[in-house]
Amino acid sequence: MSDYQTVEHDVLVIGAGGAGLRAAIEAAASKVSVGLVCKSLLGKAHTVMAEGGMAAAMANVDDRDNWKVHFSDTMRGGQYLNNWVMAELHAKEAPDRVRELEAWGALFDRTRDGRILQRNFGGHRYPRLAHVGDRTGLEMIRTLQDHGIHQGIEVYMEQTVTTLLTDGGRVVGAFGYDRERGRFKVFKAKAIVLATGGVGRAFKISSNSWEYTGDGHALAYNAGADLMDMEFVQFHPTGMVWPPSVRGILVTEGVRGEGGRLLNNKGERFMFNDIPDLYKNQTAKDAEEGWRYVTGDKSANRPPELLTRDHVARCINREVKAGRGSPHGGVYLDIAWIKEKIPSAQDHIKKKLPSMYHQFKELAGVDITTTTMEVGPTTHYVMGGVRVDGVTQMSTVPGLFAAGEVAAGLHGANRLGGNSLSDLLVFGKRAGEHAANWARQQGAGRIDEAQVSQAAKQALEPFDRPNGENPYNVQHSLQDMMQDKVGIVRTEADMAAAIEGLGALKKRASGVGIAGNREYNSGWHTCLDLPNLLCVSEAVARCALDRRESRGGHFREDYPEKSKEFANHNTVVRKNADGSMQLRREAIPAMREDLKQVVEENK
Amino acid sequence: MGKATFRIWTGQAEQAGFKDYATDVGEGMVVLDAVHQIQAETAPTLACRWNCKAGKCGSCSAEINGKPRLMCMTRLDQLDLSMPVVIEPMKSFPHIKDLVTDVSWNFRVKKSIKKFKPRAPDAPDGTWRMQQADVDRVQEFRKCIECFLCQDVCHVLRDHHKHPEFAGPRHFVYTAALEMHPLDTEDRLGQMKDEGGLGYCNITKCCTKVCPEHITITDNAIIPLKERVVDEYYDPITRLFKMFKPRK
Repeated sequence: MSDYQTVEHDVLVIGAGGAGLRAAIEAAASKVSVGLVCKSLLGKAHTVMAEGGMAAAMANVDDRDNWKVHFSDTMRGGQYLNNWVMAELHAKEAPDRVRELEAWGALFDRTRDGRILQRNFGGHRYPRLAHVGDRTGLEMIRTLQDHGIHQGIEVYMEQTVTTLLTDGGRVVGAFGYDRERGRFKVFKAKAIVLATGGVGRAFKISSNSWEYTGDGHALAYNAGADLMDMEFVQFHPTGMVWPPSVRGILVTEGVRGEGGRLLNNKGERFMFNDIPDLYKNQTAKDAEEGWRYVTGDKSANRPPELLTRDHVARCINREVKAGRGSPHGGVYLDIAWIKEKIPSAQDHIKKKLPSMYHQFKELAGVDITTTTMEVGPTTHYVMGGVRVDGVTQMSTVPGLFAAGEVAAGLHGANRLGGNSLSDLLVFGKRAGEHAANWARQQGAGRIDEAQVSQAAKQALEPFDRPNGENPYNVQHSLQDMMQDKVGIVRTEADMAAAIEGLGALKKRASGVGIAGNREYNSGWHTCLDLPNLLCVSEAVARCALDRRESRGGHFREDYPEKSKEFANHNTVVRKNADGSMQLRREAIPAMREDLKQVVEENK
Repeated sequence: MGKATFRIWTGQAEQAGFKDYATDVGEGMVVLDAVHQIQAETAPTLACRWNCKAGKCGSCSAEINGKPRLMCMTRLDQLDLSMPVVIEPMKSFPHIKDLVTDVSWNFRVKKSIKKFKPRAPDAPDGTWRMQQADVDRVQEFRKCIECFLCQDVCHVLRDHHKHPEFAGPRHFVYTAALEMHPLDTEDRLGQMKDEGGLGYCNITKCCTKVCPEHITITDNAIIPLKERVVDEYYDPITRLFKMFKPRK
């Protein structure tokens, strides 16, 4: 039964979005053998969907910007639960990572003097996002892909890893199968970098692609690694809400960065009614000042639509619940109004937001240059993930690294828009570099045949139950429940019910079955996604239940305020020997004095 | 909107054929929604590629009522639902199963094209200066989502199977993006003329018509490449000049 092929690399990177590609490129640059596994075709990963841009304090547009301001913005956005080591490295290294992309062929929009243009985004004090219209993610992944294919990296397309193989606590390989033919494969490796992205498919309304089933989170957890901050899931304030089949698809924050305003059904610009204290002195007093800000007036403060995502999402949620929403349960996002301000508004919108124009035109039949959009919150990003060392990106399991969305730390309780793409590059590079270093210092590990046969057996179990439950039904039930009970507004009772519900879903998941053969069998793939989705869902629910306060992406209706009691620790889960999930609170190390000062100076 | 029938190419090799699936359809649905619904209701093993469901990744390419399209961007209200909606895999590539084909050839072709080679940086800090106008011209090509629908529709590949000697529209766009990149210094014209088989393209513009990103493939990418090849290799006056000028 465990008939499989073996391939061997020094470093195996699992996931080929921005972080995975960047890690593979870096590892290959240090002359070790690198394998890169992608679940889909190369270049299709979720990174392609990133729209707004990548944050880097290059100060091309506003010379007051520097790493200290970026660091402070990131920490404020994360409500100080961030791993400050990562936040510092990120702010310092992001500019070089962006310039490097240009050297590899990326073509960013330009300033008048020919440098990389930077745009405004929520939570960033100065215009900071290098971008290409509203398709920055595509530019980034294609640049990395087109550069990466010439670096001697072995690419394994359409392969899924189901289990990490360990030897005495150290990671020595991975077991998986190719989706096209269903053949098993063992990837032997001295170091493994997880770059599998997020968990959005655990929720019903999500901007994430199908691949976001929490694979890396679950692989790490099952190999004994810590997961951290899993209660912090970001609900992006603006997803499409109509028609139903496009519900959740992202509407870039760039729309608001270009002057888009949020209105309720009374035509009221409701974001002006609720501005958190932390941001009072950085927010525009009226619409006029907001407009001046988005058009580059350095003396103006940002409009409240550009407050952090968690806050904007909750404000929208409140409007809808109070009956002030749009017909399909969202609010209105209006960019067409800028025609009052600039004569060629229609062309300007098409030029600055081409994908949005295209997306609404084709999927909703709405022309955004003349008509308002209906938008509402959508599951977008998980701040939590594999707990890593801030410098090397190694997890608590030796030889296992993580970078990008699958790793925790940089974003704390909430991520700022634009900090994800820069995260992928900065920590993808670091993970690749340190994984290669680690691999060079290690002897080859031993692959345990028993682990391989166990993994193979588990993978094939759904075929033993041709009359088992349809896996799609279990997936849909899970998504409905997570959306309903562990979504944007949470309560003790709901989450307790969710944890119970997860128990029942686990039972159902162990009874799913599939007919047919192993070749490109979508149902089988779904069967194997389920345990990962359930694992991350449980982590989210348990951590969210434990944090009895509201902070960043985590909002508790029963504890709507921030609490000092919860201000200084991260929530960490690990797998117990008996397979149950153990939760503990881990104190955040005190911030270095000079960094404290930086935060103070930029309050 | 009621029920509609989807006639989907299913199976593998000799056993492959059309099978009808009826499912409920509603407002705003796209073809990919219907396929997902069919998977969940009656055909869990049905194979199709998809990722983003927002027209950004180019995974769900198929032929819908005979036209190469992205399933996620084809709205049902634009199709005649009184007849079965026919969904087939792309025809220019080897079939694997149901709606999935083996597109790996495209990745091999791309790898064979000479990579980006920038000029020396313009500024002492290692950065470049470029004007927006120069960037704009290439950004059109860089919108490509690699759905390979242009490859699918191209008769040189689809009907004449010239895969070993013809790179196809996608890779002409890729090459044009590199050749017109403001920083690039490499020369790929000879490569396109010889290995890329640029001359096979007789500018029927089918590729432009099917491009979901509305890239003007033929006019903006292929014809300029052809012109450059002519200038470089076939123009008698240029050739004369070259006899006296060392090649770059």
